[in-house]
Amino acid sequence: MLRFLMRRTLGAVVILLIISACTFFLFYAIPRDPALLHCGKTCDPESLEIIRRNLGLDKPLTEQYWAYMAGIFTGRDFAVGPCPAPCFGYSFASNEPVWGTILDRLPTTVSLALGGAVVFLLLGLGAGMLAAWRRGGFVDKFLSSVSLVLSSLQIYFVGPLAIALLVYQLDLFRQPEYVPITSSPVDWFAGLLIPWVVLSLIFTAQYTRMSRSTLIEQLGEDHVRAARAKGLSGRTVFFRYAWRGSLIPIVTIFGIDLGALFGGAMVTEFTFTLPGLGRLAVDSVLDTDLPMLMGVMLFAATMIVLFNILVDAVYALIDPRVRLS
Amino acid sequence: MSTWTETAGFEAPPDGDAFLSVRDLRVRFSTEDGTVHAVDGISFDLARGRTLGIVGESGSGKSVTGLSVLGLHDPRTTEVTGRVLLDGQEVIGAREKTLERLRGDTVAMVFQDSLTALSPYHTVGEQIAEPYRKHKGASRREARRRAIEMLDRVGIPNPRLRVDDHPHQFSGGMRQRAMIAMALVCDPDLLIADEPTTALDVTVQAQILDLLKDLQQEFGSAIVLITHDLGVVAETADDVLVMYAGRVVERGPAAEVLRSPRHPYTRGLLGSVPRLDGDVEEDLVPIPGFPPNLLDPPTGCAFHPRCAFVGEVGGTRCVDERPTPPAGRGAACHLTADRRRVLFAEQTDEQAAEQAAEQTEPRPR
Repeated sequence: MLRFLMRRTLGAVVILLIISACTFFLFYAIPRDPALLHCGKTCDPESLEIIRRNLGLDKPLTEQYWAYMAGIFTGRDFAVGPCPAPCFGYSFASNEPVWGTILDRLPTTVSLALGGAVVFLLLGLGAGMLAAWRRGGFVDKFLSSVSLVLSSLQIYFVGPLAIALLVYQLDLFRQPEYVPITSSPVDWFAGLLIPWVVLSLIFTAQYTRMSRSTLIEQLGEDHVRAARAKGLSGRTVFFRYAWRGSLIPIVTIFGIDLGALFGGAMVTEFTFTLPGLGRLAVDSVLDTDLPMLMGVMLFAATMIVLFNILVDAVYALIDPRVRLS
Repeated sequence: MSTWTETAGFEAPPDGDAFLSVRDLRVRFSTEDGTVHAVDGISFDLARGRTLGIVGESGSGKSVTGLSVLGLHDPRTTEVTGRVLLDGQEVIGAREKTLERLRGDTVAMVFQDSLTALSPYHTVGEQIAEPYRKHKGASRREARRRAIEMLDRVGIPNPRLRVDDHPHQFSGGMRQRAMIAMALVCDPDLLIADEPTTALDVTVQAQILDLLKDLQQEFGSAIVLITHDLGVVAETADDVLVMYAGRVVERGPAAEVLRSPRHPYTRGLLGSVPRLDGDVEEDLVPIPGFPPNLLDPPTGCAFHPRCAFVGEVGGTRCVDERPTPPAGRGAACHLTADRRRVLFAEQTDEQAAEQAAEQTEPRPR
């Protein structure tokens, strides 16, 4: 187990280094000068030079990259103020510390991701199991058609439609907003309900089809037939044998999906104007905000890598043949 | 040898003494390419304490027959007709609850590949104990004790420790033993062993067959042994049923069928197996052609496209008319038994002459 963790952590560090380098150097391929944007309308060459120095843009690229990466572990000092580790710098756009901003936005994204995951896991796996149990029958065909329709929808289409219908026409739901769970759990729940459901639609469809097909595959396995030959009931065989085996591909995809959602659900956050990490990422690109972009990218990548390691650990729980070494 | 007498047409009512009676069993799978006639009207009886070997190439319908006895076919894709009487209980068309009561308790099955037939997610002990708890109403503790006892009986060393292992921690031979333990845990009256030794090496194979024989003597169970291996049949079976394209082509006491086969196909099967007591130089004679396509089986006698004696039968009978399946000792063939005996003898002489000629002449390089 220890060896497994060490090896995977090492791999994760390498991946994150590659991602950080790609993000950093690609940023300079954007044909816009962050210092010039910062300088505003009343810009003269002198103040541009000062801004450039303050932002650290006057140094060679590799040196900038090194200073940025080292700062994450050791902290840095900037003209605007000190930046303790983990230091991802100050935003070019807002002059706020990047790490503080990420921590600010994180609860929104985590709330959205976890709530959405609960919805699509329950609905998707439930519908998939039902379809597999009744495979070939009406229920199966109905659920398969519904999931096909759902998976072809787009959040930016369904989202406004849902608000128009459920909030303005029928007055059933609250206008989507983010209220911290610590200040009011009820408002937190009511404000996120529509985003959860809308975010889950496509995932639900995917998970329905995936759990259906893996379950049907598992039901055809020799050991499932052997379990039936022992006289176990169809239900016992379905849940104790087939379902267990169908979990492995589902856990794999779920780990990747949840990791990605923890890095921010861009479209959903934009559609419902929720202040999460996805919005932050898009804004930082539009604002040519290098430190913020680096911060959000590295955070999102870390989440995906972390959840992948977690998935491998969960494999060992599901399948005793997998040993973590 | 005296003249071969053959009894034809299996129209007898199900045998009252038999534990398992199968009558005119037909199994059809609907696939995208059409209907597969996997089993095409077979009948047999099996009494307690006896072993019936079902022999045939892959695709001859022998495994499908085994699964039918347990009612394990998916009714969505499979049509099963005929009768399967298990201790007087009709299996075909029986309710699922009834079948669940029979499976594992009255009739149990040993599968070919123990690696895939045992669940990788559960311990060997759990899998053995499960049917015992279900059928005998045993507590978790009793069932575990029973599982250890069964592992011991099938010859797993340290059963107390191994009961908590997962199948992948067992060797192939041990897994097969564990699967036999799983099948026998409720002392079934009938055991269906589908290629129980095919995946094992020869020494382990012999051990497993001995184990089956010992257990049969102990419990007096009936065994259906499904195999393509004539050696296994010679070793274990009392009677044998040779299947081809879902039909019975020959049946009789195992020793007799192996010593003097009466169907050209059985004869071909024996000719394609090396004999330990035979001449080393003697060439193996493969059956020409390929196994039939069950989506579109040959008309008449299913074996006619591969049969050397089609010309001996008058006209196109082999192509047009299906031979009557044997009821007792005998073969499904349009040639009379006596004619076949003569033809087989001639063929043997020819082959011997050819081989003798080959041995004297230098082999072409």
